[in-house]
Amino acid sequence: MRLLVKGGRVIDPANHLDEVADLLVENGVIREIRPGIPEAGAEVLDAAGKVVCPGFIDIHVHLREPGFEYKEDIASGTRAAAAGGFTSVCCMPNTCPVIDNNAVTGFIRRRAEEVGVVNVYPIGSITKQQEGKEIAEIADLVAAGCVAISDDGRPVMNAEIMRRALEYTKMFDIPVISHCEDLNLAEEGQMHEGYYSTLYGLKGIPAVAEEIMVARDILLAGATGSRVHFAHVSTRGSLNLIRQARQQGLRVTCEVTPHHLTLTDEVVGTYDTDTKVNPPLRSREDVEALRAALREGLVDCIATDHAPHELEAKDCEFNLASFGISGLETAVAVILSELVNPGELDLGEMVRLLAVNPARVLGLDKGTLTPGAAADITILDLNAVKEVVPASFHSKGKNNPFKGRRLRGWPWATIVSGKIVALNGEIMV
Amino acid sequence: MSFEHHKDLLGLKDLGKEEITTILDVAVPMKDIIKRDIKKVPTLRGKVVVTLFYEPSTRTRTSFELAGKYLSADTVNLAVNTSSVQKGESLRDTIKTIEVMGADMVVIRHSMSGVPHYVSRNTSMRVINAGDGVHEHPTQGLLDMYSIREKKGTLEGLKVAIVGDILHSRVARSNIFGLQKFGCEVRVIGPSTLMPPGVEKLGVKKYFNIEEGLEGVDVINVLRIQRERQKKGLFPTLEEYANLYCLTRERVSRARPDVLVLHPGPMNRGVEISSEVADSVTSIINEQVTNGVAVRMALLYLMMGGSRDEIAG
Amino acid sequence: MNFIEKTRIMDEAGMRRALTRISHEIIERNKGVKDLAIIGIRRRGGPLAERLAEKIKEIEGVEIPVGLLDITLYRDDLTTLASQPMVLRTEVPFDITNKVIILTDDVLYTGRTVRAALDALIDLGRPRAIQLAVLVDRGHKELPIKADYVGKNVPTSKKEIITVRVKEIDGKDEVVIEELAGE
Repeated sequence: MRLLVKGGRVIDPANHLDEVADLLVENGVIREIRPGIPEAGAEVLDAAGKVVCPGFIDIHVHLREPGFEYKEDIASGTRAAAAGGFTSVCCMPNTCPVIDNNAVTGFIRRRAEEVGVVNVYPIGSITKQQEGKEIAEIADLVAAGCVAISDDGRPVMNAEIMRRALEYTKMFDIPVISHCEDLNLAEEGQMHEGYYSTLYGLKGIPAVAEEIMVARDILLAGATGSRVHFAHVSTRGSLNLIRQARQQGLRVTCEVTPHHLTLTDEVVGTYDTDTKVNPPLRSREDVEALRAALREGLVDCIATDHAPHELEAKDCEFNLASFGISGLETAVAVILSELVNPGELDLGEMVRLLAVNPARVLGLDKGTLTPGAAADITILDLNAVKEVVPASFHSKGKNNPFKGRRLRGWPWATIVSGKIVALNGEIMV
Repeated sequence: MSFEHHKDLLGLKDLGKEEITTILDVAVPMKDIIKRDIKKVPTLRGKVVVTLFYEPSTRTRTSFELAGKYLSADTVNLAVNTSSVQKGESLRDTIKTIEVMGADMVVIRHSMSGVPHYVSRNTSMRVINAGDGVHEHPTQGLLDMYSIREKKGTLEGLKVAIVGDILHSRVARSNIFGLQKFGCEVRVIGPSTLMPPGVEKLGVKKYFNIEEGLEGVDVINVLRIQRERQKKGLFPTLEEYANLYCLTRERVSRARPDVLVLHPGPMNRGVEISSEVADSVTSIINEQVTNGVAVRMALLYLMMGGSRDEIAG
Repeated sequence: MNFIEKTRIMDEAGMRRALTRISHEIIERNKGVKDLAIIGIRRRGGPLAERLAEKIKEIEGVEIPVGLLDITLYRDDLTTLASQPMVLRTEVPFDITNKVIILTDDVLYTGRTVRAALDALIDLGRPRAIQLAVLVDRGHKELPIKADYVGKNVPTSKKEIITVRVKEIDGKDEVVIEELAGE
């Protein structure tokens, strides 16, 4: 089994590589990268004019299975990932039952083997049943294959429990992924608190609801020496806190989402429930701060927080609608169209944010095109122009605020372990 | 006329000065009809208006119902228990049902902001927002503006103070959006915990001190304070609120001598307004109720009285 | 649409003479002015009503009440009009019950405006009689309505438009026949 990716611009930041070359894959592993590799009977993928990158890793998705298969399942979610240019996804534990033991972890890994088209790495919960009361069997979770633990969607409000969880995870050297939201400050909130929440008459979620928890978890990271990764950072204040923590040498990392980088709270004005997301779309100042933090190198990863929902959860009153954006199939296109093509973010940096750093944060043996590495490859077409049409998503969740936009720059091919799983939006397996 | 291209009335923010003027102008002859012996004209014969209230409000609902009846429309009231929204039929299905029964217009009141916008997207019926969450209450805004214009002769350049729970007030928002189009200086007065974030960006002046805020104003619009807000911890007690913000005669005397006091009703005497002030302005507050019917008649005529094809675009 | 003037059928003097004659006819037919009131249909029936009242005062020395009637809300063609008409106030500051009402308008055409006006009047009270005075009767009636007092009968084709101008609204007094340009 040989696959020759011919004539693309190959970018591999781990090896300081950025040149037009051929890339040969043999038996699912990258064999060599150089110009003019002979075809020699290999399957050829003509990548002239395209950009060949290490496979993108989304460290924050909700695959919904088990329990909420009407929103998404492992088959549909991984197809969405493949179509969106991701070769690996890490799935959050807020399933039913919760990923708080080895049985659920094992189930997800088996299902991913059976029906998944990209690599799936489960993330276990911090506390049993995500109730925030007793820490889960973290050793068991790690042994079963969890790459991190997280309270995503149901933050641990009790600082003592968070402290114990951080101390305990030190033994396994995995990060604790913190969804920072003070539930009392955010109670009943529908959107970012500010001028637009006043204008639209929706209860606000103040920036400080996020920041107070970022501050708490930075302090706890300092006190315990453990690794904390901040999920979907959305405010200027959070970034300032994270910058200070970094300067103090603390082991904190963070991610931002494509939607927080490109949309402001103003868009909620049509009461389109697809704009309802948690953390909420923030103010223009916050969006600018996130973009500056990308340029500064403060942000480690871009992650989608892919949160698919069934139609009924979104086709309703704004206050009753579920939070979340089905983002896997637009994330790369949004970043290319809004940040890379306008020249605000260079491609190498984008690859770092979507492949190199996610692998580093979670300790995955991924994120590079080094010969010998698994042939997980994402190929981009920077010039493709397509409209976002949620109805044609592979994801079951059609909830996406970029609908109707024409984006320039799309993932073109997704290769997992040497196999082309998606090409131009179509699933090939 | 300048209102005929609107399918719906969702808020005053999106209306122009000319459109508001048209509504207020048409409300003048409508008010005459209310004062006649035969309070009925045949204009909207065969039109059906459904009032769909997910929040109790006898006053607003009755006002719409009478406005429809005075114009010979058939009005039907649907009072829905909010809890049934979560359990039972979806709002979308309810709206579709009303539509296929043949209604031409739905007047909706809902505790959640943005619901009229959602309904508007999902029906070909005309939609009037009769109050959505803490967003807008455009017909209350219009009737307040009508009342002010009737008493003052004009809206241009007036100083209007809105006193009370600005944070949770859709009446305040509609008044602010509407009055500003006429060059009014709008002031909001209330405790800091009941001020919406970024309220100054709406172009209003913010006062925590009622005496300062009322200085030299032409109009005072007193908002009703809801007891639930105290339970939510937004102010300590009703007594403390009254000490700080109750509209008393002494406080009224800070305003211009010909000041007009409005209240959307029903009043909490001794809380947001003293009995003394309340009694002295009862007649105007009652007149506001009449004006509410007139303004709603004007809207029904403007939205349903003309050619459907022309307006639907 | 562009209309061109074809014929001028009444000038200021002609209009004055017609109104004077109608005033005399009203007094004669009603054997005086007892219980008379004049109500003009907005907009141009209004000034005509005022003028009739003035003439009658000149002749009889008696002031008779004048009112203005807006019939928009009673029209039967609201859903077919291209542009929605503005509603104006009806100003009838007296009780019309048991009065003889001289309903006044500028042009009698299909009769539909008068029908609407009759409904509007009856909602205000119960007059003893309603008589109709018009400056121009142009024919083509679609309802069984006939004017009691006519300034001038003008046979017209349906393509033509009769335009009445009055000083109070238009700055001058005249009646002209216009036709759509190019036809």
